[in-house]
Amino acid sequence: MRKMTDNTRTELATPDAETGRPHPGRAVSRVVEGWVAAFRRKLSAGELGWLPVVLVLAAVWIIFQSLNENFLSPRNLSNLSVDIVGTGLIAVGIVFVLLLGELDLSVGSISGLAAAVFAVLNVNSGVPEWLALIVGVLAGTVAGTVQGYSFAKTRVPAFVVTLAGLLTWNGIMLAILGTSGTINLDENGLVAKLTSYYFTNDAVAYGLAAVGASVVFLVSYQDRRRRQAVGMPHRSLRAIGVRTGAVAVIAFAVAYLLNRFQGLPLALLIFLVTVAGLDIVLRHTHYGRQVYALGGSVEASRRASLSVTWVRTAVLAVSGTMAAIGGLFLASRITSVSQSSGSGVLLLNAIAAAVIGGTSLFGGRGTTWSAVLGMLVIQSIASGMAITDTPTAVQSVITGGVLFAAVVIDSLSRRSQEAHGRA
Amino acid sequence: MPTPPLLALHGVCKRYGVVEVLKDIELEIHAGQVVALLGDNGAGKSTLVKVISGVAPADKGVVEWEGRAVHIKRPHDARDLGIATVYQDLALCGNLDVVGNLFLGREIRRFGFLDEMEMERLTRSLLERLTRNLPDLRAPVVSLSGGQRQTVAIARSLLANPRVLLLDEPTAALGFKQTTEVLDLIDRLRDRGLGVLLISHNMGDVKALADRAAVLRLGRNNGFFDVNTASQEQIISSITGATENVPRPPAPHESAW
Ligand SMILES: Nc1ncnc2c1ncn2[C@@H]1O[C@H](COP(=O)(O)OP(=O)(O)OP(=O)(O)O)[C@@H](O)[C@H]1O
Ligand SMILES: [Mg+2]
Repeated sequence: MRKMTDNTRTELATPDAETGRPHPGRAVSRVVEGWVAAFRRKLSAGELGWLPVVLVLAAVWIIFQSLNENFLSPRNLSNLSVDIVGTGLIAVGIVFVLLLGELDLSVGSISGLAAAVFAVLNVNSGVPEWLALIVGVLAGTVAGTVQGYSFAKTRVPAFVVTLAGLLTWNGIMLAILGTSGTINLDENGLVAKLTSYYFTNDAVAYGLAAVGASVVFLVSYQDRRRRQAVGMPHRSLRAIGVRTGAVAVIAFAVAYLLNRFQGLPLALLIFLVTVAGLDIVLRHTHYGRQVYALGGSVEASRRASLSVTWVRTAVLAVSGTMAAIGGLFLASRITSVSQSSGSGVLLLNAIAAAVIGGTSLFGGRGTTWSAVLGMLVIQSIASGMAITDTPTAVQSVITGGVLFAAVVIDSLSRRSQEAHGRA
Repeated sequence: MPTPPLLALHGVCKRYGVVEVLKDIELEIHAGQVVALLGDNGAGKSTLVKVISGVAPADKGVVEWEGRAVHIKRPHDARDLGIATVYQDLALCGNLDVVGNLFLGREIRRFGFLDEMEMERLTRSLLERLTRNLPDLRAPVVSLSGGQRQTVAIARSLLANPRVLLLDEPTAALGFKQTTEVLDLIDRLRDRGLGVLLISHNMGDVKALADRAAVLRLGRNNGFFDVNTASQEQIISSITGATENVPRPPAPHESAW
């Protein structure tokens, strides 16, 4: 029988060998050993988390870089980082819905609707951009709330409710656009800037990388001090150091790359801040805890007096809102809105991104960061295919294969977890 | 006795569709007493627990809390009265960790965010009272053994300092030592003045721990016993239906269809 103890944490907290002398090499290897142990435990418990997607991403990058050495150029990576944002924001909303164990099929239509509302108000009716922007986003929130409430009250599966939504919102969008066909946005306007603005000053990217790493350090350190004060298991200083170091290395590497092209893209900054913020909402607030709980067991949540109706409504409201915001970024990227906005593979890509990134289709497992990782994989494949002149048909097949692999991993890890529980 | 019971049920009925699962149930739980709720499989014990805890509210009948009629329509109502429950199916969220499950629906917050450290600390101290073999507090509950999960469910029921505790086969998945620890705990809780409703198929435990026993048979009351004076045979024959202590209960096929 497996013995369950909180050993990874306690292990890390034990003081270093009696020498008391800092020994960086050994220190790091100790921490890494701790990670390996934690990883083994997760592997056997069926929670692989982000590891598979990182491996896939590395493989994709290595393959395309060997096919074309421009693939990992600062220019291409910088463009990639902007291209992931529109669909990525939609995928973040999808993560919320997947956590409930449900699906939202309406996000494509909602993103098109929001873009159309914005374009018609701003370009055709002359409403100030900021106001049209807010109304566009709110249109998504309202659409999501309506769907959420219907889903919560009727108990029809969300994918059916949102399938009806898909058709409805698309119809409304076409009605709003009317005969105008394609509406071109102001090239220098606020919305266009969302994806065209770069912080050309190198200091911005480096500064934000430093801020990010410091926040990680301070939060971990503060947590350690509180735990230490009451004699709870806590992270060792060197574990915190390695953790902060890892974040810093990644952040500064990204900043360096971006600065070698045009600097930090505003779109990427907004995306990362949104993902980080919503990750905190999901994992560190009462609301987020309820979302995970509902994904684990609706009946158990009900018995624990959670308001199932409210949480379900709120989750679809979030996904509608994120779809609208994503739709505005997509419109910004091509500075136009047309009847085909929000259609095609957008919906499928957004769902695929969340799942490839490691969010479970069965509910209750996943984080908003999976939207970033999943989008990176999907967009890297797309970009690599473009750069190597591969037909798009191949791109679909490969993305489909990656998605299938992700779903298989998800399903296997779920099964292994359940088998484990019965041991 | 002049003081009214903590919790009393009068004429409680519950039906699922056309099946009448509980009919005219009477039950009293007094402070500082352990009442054993006995009955064969399918007698309606778990359903009665769900009625009291607001998960499956009664269709008819009166629920009294300290002599005053109350309405328990949802789990929230029962919780506000001070009723805590360990369900037979435990009702845990498999994907949440031990701490998350214990505090589900009543998380401790600090500056608006979940105070994981404080919750973990309280979880640890609570579980240490129940078991010597602490599970990994940060592992998802689905990866725990059945006994560990049951311990988690029991710990959760104690968290809010309830006044009435409903335990639906709380020791079913526990080993010998763990069972003893839980039974000792129930004993201590009784001494602290809690009212406990204990469902168990183990007559030994019932004899050792309970003050009174209420028997259900086919969804009806089939006798009340003072555990200290009644013989085990009497109680068992009431459970199996060899003795009928209530106005003629319906024949099995009548009640089932
Ligand atoms: N949700 C439900 N829908 C329909 N019938 C139900 C439902 N829940 C319970 N029943 C029926 O009610 C009856 C009593 O079930 P209950 O679970 O209360 O029995 P029990 O006394 O707890 O049995 P056990 O000792 O096996 O736990 C059973 O005949 C069962 O089929
Ligand atoms: Mg039962």
